[in-house]
Formats: sequence, C-alpha cells, structure tokens
Amino acid sequence: MKRYSAFAIAREAMRHHQGWERAWAKRAPKKKYDVIIVGAGGHGLATAYYLGKNFGITNVAVLEKGWLGGGNTGRNTTIIRSNYLQDPSAAIYEKSRSLYETLSQDLNYNVMFSPRGVIMLAQTQHEIRGYQRTAHANSLQGVETEWIGPNRVKELCPIMNINGPRYPVLGGLWQARGGTARHDAVAWGYARACSDMGMDIIQKCEVTGVTREGGKVTGVETTQGHIGCDKLGMVVAGHASVLAEKAGFRLPIESVALQALVSEPIKPCMDIVVMANTVHGYLSQSDKGEMVIGGGTDGYNNYTQRGSFHHIEETVRALVETFPILSRLKMLRQWGGIVDVTGDRSPILSKTPVDGIFVNCGWGTGGFKAIPGSGWAMAELIAKGESPLTEEFSMFRFREGKFIDESVAAGVAH
Amino acid sequence: MLMLHCPYCGQDVDETDLHAGGEAHLKRFGPGSSDEDFESYLFVRKNPKGIHVERWRHAYGCGKWFLAARSTVTLEVFGTYAAQTKSPPADIQEKIRAVDPDWTWEGEA
Repeated sequence: MKRYSAFAIAREAMRHHQGWERAWAKRAPKKKYDVIIVGAGGHGLATAYYLGKNFGITNVAVLEKGWLGGGNTGRNTTIIRSNYLQDPSAAIYEKSRSLYETLSQDLNYNVMFSPRGVIMLAQTQHEIRGYQRTAHANSLQGVETEWIGPNRVKELCPIMNINGPRYPVLGGLWQARGGTARHDAVAWGYARACSDMGMDIIQKCEVTGVTREGGKVTGVETTQGHIGCDKLGMVVAGHASVLAEKAGFRLPIESVALQALVSEPIKPCMDIVVMANTVHGYLSQSDKGEMVIGGGTDGYNNYTQRGSFHHIEETVRALVETFPILSRLKMLRQWGGIVDVTGDRSPILSKTPVDGIFVNCGWGTGGFKAIPGSGWAMAELIAKGESPLTEEFSMFRFREGKFIDESVAAGVAH
Repeated sequence: MLMLHCPYCGQDVDETDLHAGGEAHLKRFGPGSSDEDFESYLFVRKNPKGIHVERWRHAYGCGKWFLAARSTVTLEVFGTYAAQTKSPPADIQEKIRAVDPDWTWEGEA
C-alpha cells in the first residue's frame, strides 16, 4: 500500500494523478478462512482490522451483502461521545472515543475526527438530576465531562434560544472531547488497512446459511458459494436477528427504523454538537454547512429503511423552538436506517449458543461512536474467547437480569 | 403513514393514534418457571424480516389492545383482529400465504 501524505499529493499532481492505487483490492473468496466477519460496515471492518493489528490474524474475510459501509455506517449522524452512566458502557465508549483521536494517523486515512464538543441539554428537572449524576459517575470513570449552566450553554451555542416557553434550557452535560467524524471515511480507512494486511473484503456476497457440525460452526453458504471458517463474527446491526435465525438461535433484539435529515448548506453558525433528548432531536453542522438533524425511532418492527413522516415532523417542530434559526431552512434529504435495539438499550458483544460464532449487535441508535472500541473488543473476544471490555455485554445477561441500564441511552438520541 | 383497522371501534386509524406493542401471541411464564423461559418470554424475539404478528394499542381512541399481521419488508397489513384470539384468523392466514407461500403459523392453532 502506498501511503497517503502531502508528498504523495505533490507527486501525483506532477503526473496527472495516474498513480493512485485502489484503496482496497477486489478479490474472489477463498475456500476457507480462519475468521469470517459478516458485515462490512464500520464495526465489522474495525473487528477485522484489530484482529490483524492486535492479534496477527490476517486470514480473514469480510463479507458484505450490499456495498461497503452502505448500511447504518453511511446513514448515521456521526456523533462521537462517551458520557455514559454505567461503568461497562463508559469503558467501551471511552476506549472508542480515545481510539478516534488517533485513528487518522493509525489508518493513514483522514477520518476527519473533529473533537468539537458535545452537549446534552437538560430541559426538565429530571434531566438536570440525571445529567448531574452522569457527570459525577463520569468523573469516577475517568471520562472528562462536566455539568454546565444555561449561560455557558448559550456561550457555546449562540444560536440557541435558552428561554423557550415549553422547553427552556436549564443546563447541560458537556463533553469537550466529543465531536464528529466523517462516517464513510471510517469504513473506507479500515477497509484499506484490512486489505493491506491481506484480508479479503467481498462485497455483493450475501450469507444465506450457516453450516455447523456437532454444535460448531464450519462455514457459511453465500450467494458466491460455500466458504469455510473456524470462527464466525456476525456484525450486521439491523439484520442480526435474521442472521442468528440462520445459525439456529434467537436474540433479544428488535429492529426498528431510525431517521435523519439534512438541511441546505448555510454559513457556519454552530461549532458544537447539541443533543436534546427531551424533544428527541440532535443537531450538528457538517463541514459542507448542512445542518444534520437526527430524530427518534419508530415504535414498530421494520426492515424497510424508511421511517414515518410524523417522527420527522415531531423532531423538527421541537428543535425549531430551541433553534429558531432553523425555521426558514429548507431540508435537502431525509433517510432511514434499521437499528437493532435490545431490552436494556445496551449492545451485545458475546459468544453464542453455537461454538465458534460470536455476535456483535444491539448498538441500536448509537453505534457510530463505538466503532473503534467495538472492533477492538470484538477482535479480542474472537481471538482469545474473552475480553474485559465485552464481559458485561453477553447476550445471556438478560437471563441473569444483569442489565446495563443506560439512562442516557434512551433508545433515541445518539 | 401506517394505517390499521381497530377491530373494536371499527375505525381505520392513523399510526399517530396507535402505540406499537411488539410481538403477539407470546407464551407467558409465571412464578417457578426457569430462567430460560422467562428470558424467552420477556426479551427474546423472533424479529422476522417478513410477516410479523404483533400487538397494537388504539392509544388515542378506545384504548384497547388488538393484534395485527403485517409485513416488515413491504409494510403491507394483512388484517387486524381482537387481542383475545389465540392465533391469526383463517382469512388473514390465507391472505398472508397468497403473498408468502412458505409462511407457516408456529403458535397455537
């Protein structure tokens, strides 16, 4: 792999940009791999990357039924934060956030991580208490967050109306080291690094069955034929239940649609990320100038990647009160993705009833921020059979009642 | 927008008047049951990509729970019926099989 650098740009400029390589190789599947990862989104590719980087396992294939990064990786609102209440969540999300800080250098690919700061607004008395509690928990966990008052919120985000009649801003939970990154670049950067280690990324290859022998996985049936493997990682987000069914077990997961939308581009007016959980809306401004807005999930099971219009209406209606500047903006695009939601709104990184199959799912409405940490932990789980970061996130925790009940992961705002 | 027929009121109702309640016809387990049974009843779901038989509440209407058969892929609704029913009525099952011949009812007859 030729490294990207300022020198490379100058060199290519001199020769009409004829020397750029494909970012990742297009290869046909081999007969057998040590590890197959199903799902070439951020989490799947990150898992493959850290399998190679941290554990030297490079005989790996990443299978993707559509195109690389075309699922929720390409559909989210790119928010990165780690201000969670419970210790296991704080550990994995903070690991993830810290990996994001050096990800561009690590991958030699600019993921445009922008630690611009994330604020979660408190607009009710309950939220004040909740976020103050989270701020205290975070200081014990070594996650840098602070509780700030309404005037400081106004300073950080001047376009906000903090005196709204219905939803006044009473303060907020501020994480200065949170921010955003370029979502496609995260998938592309990992894919390029995986391909460079000799891993095969195979797109348009749908898994149609999972072959097993004596309770152990032996491979997968795909639209490109049978591919053998010793270990199988299922990292398919919204379709986790569908794939698990093929492997003969069920998950505590329900798939619902989550929507987002962007406005026409405007001049820079907001340089932080704002989340307003009471009204189910979150907002940031992209580098292109579009206001990126995320909304709430639909309440019913859905695989259509389309959501209901009234959720968009609710989100925008509520945000307009807090951000009057938005009221005259035209919206450019709206889209939906299918998110996999668990009973306690926390993810599953776990062994499964089938020997050799590992599952990484249930990130629900907030998976993007977790990509590097999730891949790091999942790789360790697959390579060693256990990982300190995934211990609490077993799929069997529901049986034992050991929930990871996240007050700030309300199944909506991520 | 999803529209469902409330079998109690006899009205066609907008999604905004309804509250989704998840998978229907779950087998319930009481005190003394095993951890596995409680887990399957409380948390584990079929979550199918295809025909989903599910609970809905006419929240901003009569307030009653009813059941519906719907495709999670096309959002086509095959019919709604009263919550006191143990399995989807024959005419709804027939409509489902017209679209998906492989579909079989796994619950009680």
